[in-house]
Amino acid sequence: MKPRFVPLALAVVLALAGCGGTTRDSGNDSGAAPQASGQADPNAPLKTGLKISFLPKQVNNPYFTVSDNGGKAAVTELKGEYKEVGPSDANASSQVSYINTLSQQQTDVIVTAANDPNAICGALQQARTAGAKVVTFDSDTNPQCRDLFVNQATSEGIAQNQVKLISDQIGGTGKIAILSATPNATNQNTWIELMKKELQKPEYSKIQLVTTAYGNDDDQKSFTETQGLLRSYPDLKGIISPTTVGVAAAARYLSGSQYKGKVALTGLGTPNQMRQFIKDGTVKNFALWNPADLGYLAAYAGAALASGQITGKAGEKFKAGKLGEYTIGDQSVVVLGPPTVFDANNIDQFDF
Amino acid sequence: MRKPWEITIVAALLVFILVASISVDGFATGRNWGFLLLDLAPIALIALPMTLIVIAGEIDLSVASILGLSSAIMGQLWLAGLSLQLIVVLVPLIGALLGAVNGLFVTRFGLPSLAVTIGTLALYRGLAFVVLGDRAVADFPFGWTGGSIRTIPGTPIPWAVLLIAVLAGVFALVLHFTPIGRGLYAIGNNAEAAAYAGISVGRTKFWLYVVSGAVSALAGILWTLRYASARADNGTGLELQVVAAVLLGGVSIFGGRGTLAGVLAGVLLLGTVRNALQLADVSTDTLTVVTGVLLILSVVAPALTRLTPRLRKASP
Repeated sequence: MKPRFVPLALAVVLALAGCGGTTRDSGNDSGAAPQASGQADPNAPLKTGLKISFLPKQVNNPYFTVSDNGGKAAVTELKGEYKEVGPSDANASSQVSYINTLSQQQTDVIVTAANDPNAICGALQQARTAGAKVVTFDSDTNPQCRDLFVNQATSEGIAQNQVKLISDQIGGTGKIAILSATPNATNQNTWIELMKKELQKPEYSKIQLVTTAYGNDDDQKSFTETQGLLRSYPDLKGIISPTTVGVAAAARYLSGSQYKGKVALTGLGTPNQMRQFIKDGTVKNFALWNPADLGYLAAYAGAALASGQITGKAGEKFKAGKLGEYTIGDQSVVVLGPPTVFDANNIDQFDF
Repeated sequence: MRKPWEITIVAALLVFILVASISVDGFATGRNWGFLLLDLAPIALIALPMTLIVIAGEIDLSVASILGLSSAIMGQLWLAGLSLQLIVVLVPLIGALLGAVNGLFVTRFGLPSLAVTIGTLALYRGLAFVVLGDRAVADFPFGWTGGSIRTIPGTPIPWAVLLIAVLAGVFALVLHFTPIGRGLYAIGNNAEAAAYAGISVGRTKFWLYVVSGAVSALAGILWTLRYASARADNGTGLELQVVAAVLLGGVSIFGGRGTLAGVLAGVLLLGTVRNALQLADVSTDTLTVVTGVLLILSVVAPALTRLTPRLRKASP
């Protein structure tokens, strides 16, 4: 910038700084949230021929391939038209053009897992204005941007499940530790707090939670943290690792150590990562929601919305094929149910 | 024919639009064109200064990282309580500064721009994460975020396109009708000769990078408002789409050749192909392959069209 422009530019900036303008404190006129509208008719028949499209966080991701195939099964039962589209990268904004395309194709239902709760909001709103129903699963958007969110599990459900699994394995008595992801991961911390609350119940009075270690969802770090836990607490009876990276790394350490079969391990993991450790006896069982059921439920929820059986209001009920009846909760959320427990008997039925 | 490749690319664009309008459902609607133009806005915007830089024989690969860093800074300034009116002035100035760093390394220290801007590509993206981490700032007022996608009344054309059209006019004017523009071609063809002819090569290049930084930051503001989300990873990989469009538009990667009209046609061609194939339910993997093939063609074909007359002349 030439010297004579500098004072001018500074003057402009200062003038603008002085005259206020739109700041964060000046009250936010966030767009009016469209409420669930119309009257639900619980007895309306499910329409056939509905175009139900799945838009995962990214294509070629094994987890979403399984959940989308669950959705495909449901759409086949519903005699609808199934389609899966999506970006090859999980960037915040890369889903937007796909949403626009779907809305342009007059899709009846868009089932999506959001890469960013806000970035796709505008596009989803436009699609809804154009007549599409929007169901989110796995990762929600802002509630005002969709009709329904299918939640894989509640935090309470996960905490109860994890504590129950470890308690059963160590016979309800002894020291346990938690191997978490990062110290500031919101979902992890919520679960850990709820697990602590759960452990205060009388049936768990003989279990002592000694520490929480953080593996940062990094394989190597989780591995060494597990090692450290067992060195610091030689009488440790069990480890809960409610993160897929952590539980797999911990299992790998245990399976190659003297603690194999002696220290119990459970957590949230995927069958493909954990299969060998179930087979070799390092891990007795672990849990996760069934992604295929998640996609299946989301497709049925979308069909119920598009058929007018439900509008998304709390308290409305709909039937989801083989999974049975579901009731919509607050904030238009449907919960899939308690996590699925994987063990030597059922693990070979799952591939994800 | 003085500009055979530009004519080819514009013809290809028109033919493609015609074919897609007839054969792809939902392509030739105002609404779809609104979506399409919004998707292309940041690419078209950054392609303007990129065209000038490539014509001058250099390149700027840090543009998408400047976009991301601008977005992160915008989010952080908003959190700090600054007004958006101030932010939209400050952020392009910061972008200009980031561009000036590139310019300084390329001109003052004479380093190759490819190496310098690959470095700042990583550096600026890293800084973006330092500024905002992996958080997203999303509580911008709806009047601004909604405004960024609003269309000109009565048309499907987003306001952002008008802004780009005006800027494109300015860039075209400078490139094709001023001594500065003629200087850029001269520098691209032979920097040494240009210097002897009295063109201040270093200063011209330096300012190109400054402008590129400022425009990338402007694209960052538009991006943040459009997606209502300030994030450090915004626009990752966008630099490749910009360079692709510029090359497809007939600008020589070796400098000294190209037009702004060709580049805008290149941007539109890449965008319409993607859009039409998506509407026709072509899978994402195939789409990536098609885009790749188109890009290779874009580099090979213009070289061939230039080569053939010479070959003909050479043969007895």
